[in-house]
Amino acid sequence: MSLATPLLAVVATMVFGGALFAVLGKDPVQAIATIFWEPLFGEFAFFYRPQLLIKGAPLVLIAIGLSLGFKAGIWNIGAEGQYIMGALFGAGVGLAFYPMESAFIFPLMVLAGAFGGWLWAMIPAILKVKFGTNEILVSLMLVYVAEQFLASMSLGLLKNPEGFGFPGSRNLQQYASAHNAELITGTGMHWGIVAALVAVIFAYVLLARHQLGFAIRVTGEAPRAARFSGVNPTRLVLFCLGMSGVLAGLAGMFEVSGPAGQVTIDFNVGYGFTAIIVAFLGRLHPVGILLAGLLMALTYIGGDIAQSQLGLPAAAIQVFQGMLLFFLLALDVLTNYRLRFGAGEVV
Amino acid sequence: MDLSAINPILFVAGFLIAATPLIFAAIGELVVEKSGSLNLGVEGMMIVGAICGFATAVETGSPLLGFAAAAVGGALLSLLFAFLTQVALANQVASGLALTLFGLGLSALLGQSYVGIKPPRLGDINWGPLADIPVIGPILFTHDIILYLGLVLVIAVWAMLKYSRMGLVLRAVGESHDAAHALGYKVKRIRTAAIMFGGACAGIGGAYISLIRVPQWTEGMTAGVGWIALALVVFASWKPARLLLGAYLFGGITQLQLNLQGAGVAIPVEYLAMSPYVITIVVLVILSRDKSAAPASLGRTFHASS
Amino acid sequence: MKLTSLLTSAALALGLATTAMADDKTKVGFVYVGPVGDGGWTYEHDKGRQAVEAHFGDKVETVFVESVAEGPDSERVMTQMALDGADLIFTTSFGYMDPTNNVAAKFPNVKFEHATGYKRLHPNVSTYSARFYEGRAIQGHIAGKMTKSNIIGYIASYPIPEVIRGINSAYIHASKVNPDVEFKIIWAYTWFDPAKEADAAKALIDQGADVILQHTDSTAPQAAAQEAGNVVTFGQASDMGQYAPFPRVSSIIDDWAPYYIARTQAVMDGTWESMDTWDGIGPGMVGIGEISDAVPADVKAEALAMKAALADGSYHAFTGPLNKQDGTPFLADGETADDGTLAGMNFYVEGIDAEIPQ
Repeated sequence: MSLATPLLAVVATMVFGGALFAVLGKDPVQAIATIFWEPLFGEFAFFYRPQLLIKGAPLVLIAIGLSLGFKAGIWNIGAEGQYIMGALFGAGVGLAFYPMESAFIFPLMVLAGAFGGWLWAMIPAILKVKFGTNEILVSLMLVYVAEQFLASMSLGLLKNPEGFGFPGSRNLQQYASAHNAELITGTGMHWGIVAALVAVIFAYVLLARHQLGFAIRVTGEAPRAARFSGVNPTRLVLFCLGMSGVLAGLAGMFEVSGPAGQVTIDFNVGYGFTAIIVAFLGRLHPVGILLAGLLMALTYIGGDIAQSQLGLPAAAIQVFQGMLLFFLLALDVLTNYRLRFGAGEVV
Repeated sequence: MDLSAINPILFVAGFLIAATPLIFAAIGELVVEKSGSLNLGVEGMMIVGAICGFATAVETGSPLLGFAAAAVGGALLSLLFAFLTQVALANQVASGLALTLFGLGLSALLGQSYVGIKPPRLGDINWGPLADIPVIGPILFTHDIILYLGLVLVIAVWAMLKYSRMGLVLRAVGESHDAAHALGYKVKRIRTAAIMFGGACAGIGGAYISLIRVPQWTEGMTAGVGWIALALVVFASWKPARLLLGAYLFGGITQLQLNLQGAGVAIPVEYLAMSPYVITIVVLVILSRDKSAAPASLGRTFHASS
Repeated sequence: MKLTSLLTSAALALGLATTAMADDKTKVGFVYVGPVGDGGWTYEHDKGRQAVEAHFGDKVETVFVESVAEGPDSERVMTQMALDGADLIFTTSFGYMDPTNNVAAKFPNVKFEHATGYKRLHPNVSTYSARFYEGRAIQGHIAGKMTKSNIIGYIASYPIPEVIRGINSAYIHASKVNPDVEFKIIWAYTWFDPAKEADAAKALIDQGADVILQHTDSTAPQAAAQEAGNVVTFGQASDMGQYAPFPRVSSIIDDWAPYYIARTQAVMDGTWESMDTWDGIGPGMVGIGEISDAVPADVKAEALAMKAALADGSYHAFTGPLNKQDGTPFLADGETADDGTLAGMNFYVEGIDAEIPQ
């Protein structure tokens, strides 16, 4: 039942998006084919398929963490900030050891990245638990604080001493002990993708089999019943926000030590916000999120190909993605017209 | 360092202007949130308003028509959000984010042929002798009509919420949609109207940037003002008077930071730029003791059968 | 790495196929960091791309992708262009430096040109940048002559060598013609935020500046100056001629067209080589927008003379005697700064009363 609506939404987007591309003077069929077909089955699919994993992994990793909270009605929308802090902590630890080579450095960076994300998520968590402060707004505000912190770090403490004064850290890709390198050549598979897949399985088991997963679901669907059944709301808030912070932090750490390589002023590219959309597109279900993350990655990669091959403006791709989200959101709920996500208390 | 270089009168007059886009966007969002909806798409509605206003002003030569078009553009875009959240019952957080993504793309498409054009200028109101009053004159009586409209709007919203029947209904819907529904109010219609009001205000705020503060059109030119407006509503604890104060504080900190730099004070810019957000968090903590501050139904989906 | 060889062999195989197919057309790719509608940095690069199309007509095909984030996204877009048969790829942001070199390693037959960077790890990578500081020297001269309050406002972006070099160059030439001149510098910590740029300009004007120099790309400071009435400005990145003749009295224009055409020609002729280009006014990479009549005729003549001297190399914008801000000697009398020092410049020259934020 849950498979039909996303497909319907994709078809609707293709129709309306195609109309938009036609208005812009491009062949709609070709444009849609370029976005959806080219990366998966085109001539250079051997290159794009691994890229899908690379682009999708941080989205899935973050979205899995967020979905736990969203299910329980705990709204962390500051994953972007936790992602930045994870990257800064992880890269910071790695750079502190430069140029020493040791097998312990990368695991330490992973721990530091997770800790950075966790720490940043604990601020809204503790404020919520202690004072009842709204976590949506606190976590959002902390994104902007983290962005300024990132700028300060890339221009100051973490700046590459051999970079001729330019902002940005050393490139971790050129520091073997800290490099989150490809595990099997040609697959794009790096530790971040492994972590994303593990997170999907972990979340699935947690929600389906574990006591805590039950607590999360019950709290989201019937908060009062949850209290009667012995759920400790304080612990739940700390767990959900903490977990989403850890996963977002890990995503940032794996990104900075692998595909991105560097801490720079513009290191964050909105994965934390896009992951919120991915979480909802995947209907807060771990497997759904995995698919939604890959779909989102596909529109980014296919969109870039369409820009370069067909001369479509980036804005048209953005509008196209916006349409896809609208249709998914609208159709998803229309098919099962009942309260699902909204039941959780936001404030 | 030469602090005397900062002219306090010009400084204050400057941040009145800097705060105006924030005031519009935030007062609109305040009404939306009072009705119980949380629309995170403010940035998207602002940027669409910015280009609608800019394009109309350039084509017609009238900045005021531009502002009207901006309001219409913002309201139309917000209808999408209203449809998703009120009719399709989609999640508000996701819908708002999608609205911002969509708005940024749409505005860039609409604005492709307006890069590098100078828009017609909206003159300041001539207050005659009032403008010559020392201190107060240059601060208060040297602005354009939209700035004053923003102030009037804040007062009007305050009065509406506090004294009018409409305000009472709006608050009732925001506090408990079930109770309001039981009393026979059309919860969805009221919320849709509030959302459209918010869209129109955000649109005007965006056009204030593209037509008066900057004035030019470039993609993504609102550069995050919409997000600050969201923070501002919370900072103001949903009270119009505090919202005004907060807008001046937020605008003022940026102005102060730039002025201090100009005066040669070495300040850690990044840390000062963080401060409005940190202050907002602190205010949130203080406010959270007052449980009545936030509309009780904020962000919750209403469906009559539930 | 194995992936490298895998991709390389695939690319080689494809390269053979695509060059055979597309022998008649040279394909040139452009990777942009912002939208082409930014009216500044990316806008000017895209004008360069259009000039390439206009110049070569049917002999070239250009492709571009805009708003490409630095990091893995840029690496993917470059790879995609190379796979699609691009012969030459321009990557137009400093942050593309490592990605450009990574991709270049995989496609030895494709030429890469990276703007504003310094790494050329492979024989198929060139770097190019513009000596904007030459334009700053002319601005400084005009500014020093035009200011009545002796206060010149400077809107800077981030404290990096490129920006610091521009401030120094402008200050040296302003203080040369007007020893009383004082620079007020505001760091906006953004490349692009029109509202903040407008605020910065207003703050500077409020503090008595009657000339505003900007190292950010929007026209917001121009509009602020126009409203203030008697403040002089200069266009940045693009001509900003809509604010001429006053407040905008001249401008520094990024003109990438001559370079892009020359490098495309080199690829067509098979004469392309890896090199580091740092061009100024002479080769036309830095354009000086028309000096308007608001500038007194004698000042305009001096500015044009300086432009000619900078262009033919008879004058260098950093010519001693010059001291650093702390009073230590920088350049001896008649000595000129070498490119290495200029490229990594992280200090102010003597006389600037401000600190570089750390």
